[in-house]
Amino acid sequence: MRIELEKRPKVSTLFSVLSPFIAFALTIVFGGIMFALLGKNPVTALYSFFVEPLSEVWSLHELAIKAAPLILIGVGLSVCFRSNNWNIGAEGQFIMGAIAGSILPVVFYDWQSPVVLPLMMLFGMIGGALFAAVPAFLKAHMNTNEILTSLMLVYVAQLFLDWLVRGPWRNPQGMNFPETRTFGADAILPEMIASGRTHWGFAFAIVAAVLVWFMMRYTLRGFEITVLGQSARAGRFAGFSSRKMIWFSMLFSGALAGLAGIAEVSGAIQQLRPVISPGYGFTAIIVAFLGRLNPLGIVAAGLVLALTYLGGEAAQLSIGVSERVTRVFQGLLLFFVLSCDTLIHYRIRLVWERFAATKTEEAH
Amino acid sequence: MKKLLVALATTAAVLGVVSAASAQEKAKVCFVYVGSKTDGGWTQAHDIGRQQVEKELGDKVETQFLENVPEGPDAERAIERLARSGCGLIFTTSFGFMDATIKIAQKFPDVKFEHATGYKTAPNVATYNSRFYEGRYIQGQIAAKMSQKGLAGYIASFPIPEVVMGINSFVIGARSVNPDFKIKVVWANTWFDPGKEADAAKALIDQGVDILTQHTDTTAPMQVAAERGIKAFGQASDMIAAGPQTQLTAIVDTWGAYYVKRTQAFLDGKWESTSSWDGLKDGILTMAPYTNMPDDVKAMAEATEAKIKSGELKPFTGPLNKQDGSPWLKEGETADDGTLLGMNFYVEGVDDKLPQ
Amino acid sequence: MGIVEAILLSVITAATPLVLAAAGELVAERSGVLNLGVEGMMIMGAVSAFAATQITGSPYIGVLAGIGAGVLFALLFGFLTLTLVANQVATGLALTLLGLGVSGMLGEGFLGMQGIKLQPITIPLLSQVPFLGPLLFRQDAIFYLSIAVVAGIHWFLFRSRAGLKLRAVGDSHASAHALGVDVVRTRYLAVLFGGACAGLAGAQLSLVYTPQWVENMSAGRGWIALALVVFASWRPWRVVAGGYLFGAVSISQLHAQAFGIGIPSQFLSSLPYLATIIVLILISHNRRMTLINTPASLGKPFVPDR
Repeated sequence: MRIELEKRPKVSTLFSVLSPFIAFALTIVFGGIMFALLGKNPVTALYSFFVEPLSEVWSLHELAIKAAPLILIGVGLSVCFRSNNWNIGAEGQFIMGAIAGSILPVVFYDWQSPVVLPLMMLFGMIGGALFAAVPAFLKAHMNTNEILTSLMLVYVAQLFLDWLVRGPWRNPQGMNFPETRTFGADAILPEMIASGRTHWGFAFAIVAAVLVWFMMRYTLRGFEITVLGQSARAGRFAGFSSRKMIWFSMLFSGALAGLAGIAEVSGAIQQLRPVISPGYGFTAIIVAFLGRLNPLGIVAAGLVLALTYLGGEAAQLSIGVSERVTRVFQGLLLFFVLSCDTLIHYRIRLVWERFAATKTEEAH
Repeated sequence: MKKLLVALATTAAVLGVVSAASAQEKAKVCFVYVGSKTDGGWTQAHDIGRQQVEKELGDKVETQFLENVPEGPDAERAIERLARSGCGLIFTTSFGFMDATIKIAQKFPDVKFEHATGYKTAPNVATYNSRFYEGRYIQGQIAAKMSQKGLAGYIASFPIPEVVMGINSFVIGARSVNPDFKIKVVWANTWFDPGKEADAAKALIDQGVDILTQHTDTTAPMQVAAERGIKAFGQASDMIAAGPQTQLTAIVDTWGAYYVKRTQAFLDGKWESTSSWDGLKDGILTMAPYTNMPDDVKAMAEATEAKIKSGELKPFTGPLNKQDGSPWLKEGETADDGTLLGMNFYVEGVDDKLPQ
Repeated sequence: MGIVEAILLSVITAATPLVLAAAGELVAERSGVLNLGVEGMMIMGAVSAFAATQITGSPYIGVLAGIGAGVLFALLFGFLTLTLVANQVATGLALTLLGLGVSGMLGEGFLGMQGIKLQPITIPLLSQVPFLGPLLFRQDAIFYLSIAVVAGIHWFLFRSRAGLKLRAVGDSHASAHALGVDVVRTRYLAVLFGGACAGLAGAQLSLVYTPQWVENMSAGRGWIALALVVFASWRPWRVVAGGYLFGAVSISQLHAQAFGIGIPSQFLSSLPYLATIIVLILISHNRRMTLINTPASLGKPFVPDR
C-alpha cells in the first residue's frame, strides 16, 4: 500500500475549515487510546484537557495571558517567514525587549508619570528590534546566515539578563536575591477586565494580528513580502529589494517580540527575573506555522496551544498523569493538525500496488 | 459584558467554595514543583517529603502536586489552580515562586501557603528553609583532612545567597582544620545539565584540585571524580551509588520531617505564619554515612555534627575575615540570620570573584 | 598528562555529539529537508541507548538501540513531511516536543541507575604516538565512528554518484525529478540517516559523556548541532571544525573560571555562542561560495506529478 498525493486544482475551502476538526477528532481518538493504555479514564482526561480550562472565568483569563505572547511573537514571525527570512531567535528579542522596557521602572524607579508605561512599551519594541538588527545587518551586509546568528544570540540574551538581575540591576532591598525591584504602579500594564488577570498584552496581540492581516492582504508592502518570499528574483523584477526586506521583516518581528517581552514583564511578572520566558520565542514558531502564517490563524493557534498547557495542568490534577504525558499529548495534537493541513492542498489516495498496476495497464 | 463576566466569576467562586466544602472530609495538602519529581535532586527531595506526609498522615490528608512549573505567570496560575481545587495547605518549593505565592495568598485568605527559601511572609504565608550550610561546614573539614594539596574544587550553579553561603561555610570549615586551605569555584550557570557539570568537574580536576564538591543537581561530577580517582561530596540526595569508592558524605535534603510537622499543625488548627530555618538538629537535612575516609576523619566529622546539633558550634563564628582580608566577625561573634540569608560576599580563602 | 592534553580530551568528549548530530542533519539538509527535531531524536537516542544497555548489559547493543530510536523518530518526521508534505519547521519543532515527553516516559524506570560506560578501544601502535596517541587513539567507538561518518559523508556527497543525486535533489527537486531521480525516496533515506546520527549522538551522551539517564539531558545540544550545519555552510569537514571550536571555547571558559580570572561567568559562558557567530561572519564573506553550497530547495516540499 502506498499513499499518494494529488494536487488539488485549487485550495479546498471545505478542508481549510474542516481540517482542524478532523485533526481534533483524530487526537481525541488516539489520545483517548493513549490514556486508556496508561490506565486512566480517557473521558476525564480529555475533559480536563479541552473543557475544564474553558469552563471557568479565571481560567479563561489565564488562557489569554498564556496565549498573548505566543500570538504577538507568532504574528511578527509570520512576516519574517513569509518573506523567507528565518528568524528563530525571537526568544532573545523577547528578552532584550523586556530588558530595554524595564530600564525606566528599574533604573529610574523614582520617576512616576503616566507616560512611563507607553515609553516602556516603546523601549521594549526598540530593544527587540535592535537585537534583531544584529542578524539582519549580518545577513544583509555580511552575508551571514540568520538561522545561526539569531539562535546563538538567544543564549547571549539569556546570559545577559542573568547577569543584570544578579549584578547591577539587583533589588537593593531584595536580600540579594536575583530579582529587580518590583515595578511601581505606573509601570504596570493594567488588567483589561475586572474579573481576572488578563492584561493589555492580550489586546496588543489581537490588534497586531488584525493590523498585520490587513497589511498582508491589502497593502503593497504585504504584496512585496509575499513576492520576495516566493522568489527573490521575481521580487527584483518588480523593483523590490530583498536587502530592504531583510531589514524590514527582522526589525518588525523583533519589535513585536520585544513588545511581547515587556508586556509580559510589565503585565504579568512585574519585575525582571533570571528567567522570564518558558521558551515563548520557540513555541511561537510552532504557533506561526500552525496558524498557516496567517495572522488570524495564528490567533487561533496561539489559543489552542495555550489551552493544551492549561489542560495539561488540569489533567495532572484530575487524573494524576505526569507532566511528560501531557507533553506527548501536545505533540500528538500538533502532528495531527500539521498532517491534516495536507488535505487543503492535496487529495490523499491510498494506492494498493496490484490495483495500481492494473490501472496503468488499462491506460496503455 | 463586564457585568456578565463579574456575575459569572461570582457564581464560579460560590460553586468553588461549595465543592471545596464538600471535599472537606480529607484535607488536601498540595505541592508546586519547579522540576520533575524524579529529577534525582531538588524536586525529588521535596516529593519524598510529600510521600512521607501521605505515609504518616494518609488517613487524614490527601496530597496533590504540579510538576515542571515554570517561574513567573505560570507559577501564579498553577498555585491558583491548586487553591481553587480545594487545597488547604500549599507548599511552593522554589525560591522563584515567592512573589506568585504572595499574590495568590492575598486572593485566598483562607488557604495556608508555605514558601521554600524565600523571605516574604503574610498572615497566611509561612516560609521555610534548611541550614544546608551546616552540612557544608562538615564537608569542608573533611575536605581539609582528606586533600593532599589543600585545594578543593567547587561546582556552583548560580550566584545567589544560598550558594555563596554554602561556599563560605565550606571554606570556613576547611580552614578550621587547615588555615591555608583554598578552593577553586566554577559557575556552571545551570542547576541541571549533566554534560556541563561533568565538564566543570574535569576542568577543576585538570587544574589540580584533589577533592570535589558540587551545588548542582546531577551525579555527573561524582561520576567524573570516581573515574579520575579523587574523592567527592554528594548534593541533595545520597549519591553513593554513583561513586561507591568516591563519596565521602552527602548533604541529604529531608524535608519530610518539616512537612509532616506543618501538616499536623494545619490539621489541628494550630497553623501559624512562621519563618522557620531548621538545621541538622531538626532533621531537615541529614548527612549521608561518612564513607571512604580514615576513622579519625570520620570521628572528627561525627563530633562536629554533634556539636552543630547541640548548638555548641555555629559555622559562621568569628574571627573571620572577608575575601579581601578586611575583618568581618570578631572573635566569638556569630553572623545573624539576616546577613546569611542575603549573603553576597566571600570569606577569606575563596579564589573567585562574585558578580556585583 | 599535561593540561593541554587534558583540555583537549574534554573537548573531544564535548564535541563528539555535536559533530555527529550536525553531520547527520547536514545530509538531510543537503537533500533539501530541514529537520528541526534534532534535539528530540537525540534525547530519544540517549534514553533508548541507556535503557537497552541496562537491560542487556552491553553498551554496544545500547548504541544500536540509540541509532534505532533516532531512525524511528526520523521516520515519523519523514512520514509527515515527505509523504504528507506537512510543514517541515513546525513538524521538526513538534518532534522535539514529543521526544522530550516520550523519553521522559520511557526513562522513568531508569532514573538513578548506574550507567555502564562504553569503554575506550586502544588502537595498537598508533596509541603509542606521543601526544596524539592518548588523545586520538584511546577513544571509544563512537568517537571513531564520528570521524568515519564525516569522512564517509564527504566521500559520498562529492565523490559518489548517489551523492551527486542527493545534492541534485536538494538543489532543485524539480530538475532532479525530471532526470528520473526518486526525490521522495532520496529524501527519506537522507532523513533516516540524519536520525541515525542524532540517535548515535544521544547514545554518546548517556554512555560516554555522562553514563547516566536524566530527563532533558541533551540540554539544547540538538539546537547547537543545527546551528553548526549552517556554520559549516553545508560542508562536512567544517562541521568538525565548528563542533570542536564550540567545544574548545566551552571548555576553556570553565578553565578560565577555575583559574580565577575574575570576569563574570555569564560573559564567559556566552563566549562559545559569540565565537561561532564571529567565525561564521569571517568565513561567509564570499557570497558565491556560500550560495554554491546552500541547498536551494531547503525546506521546500515536493510532490511528484503523476
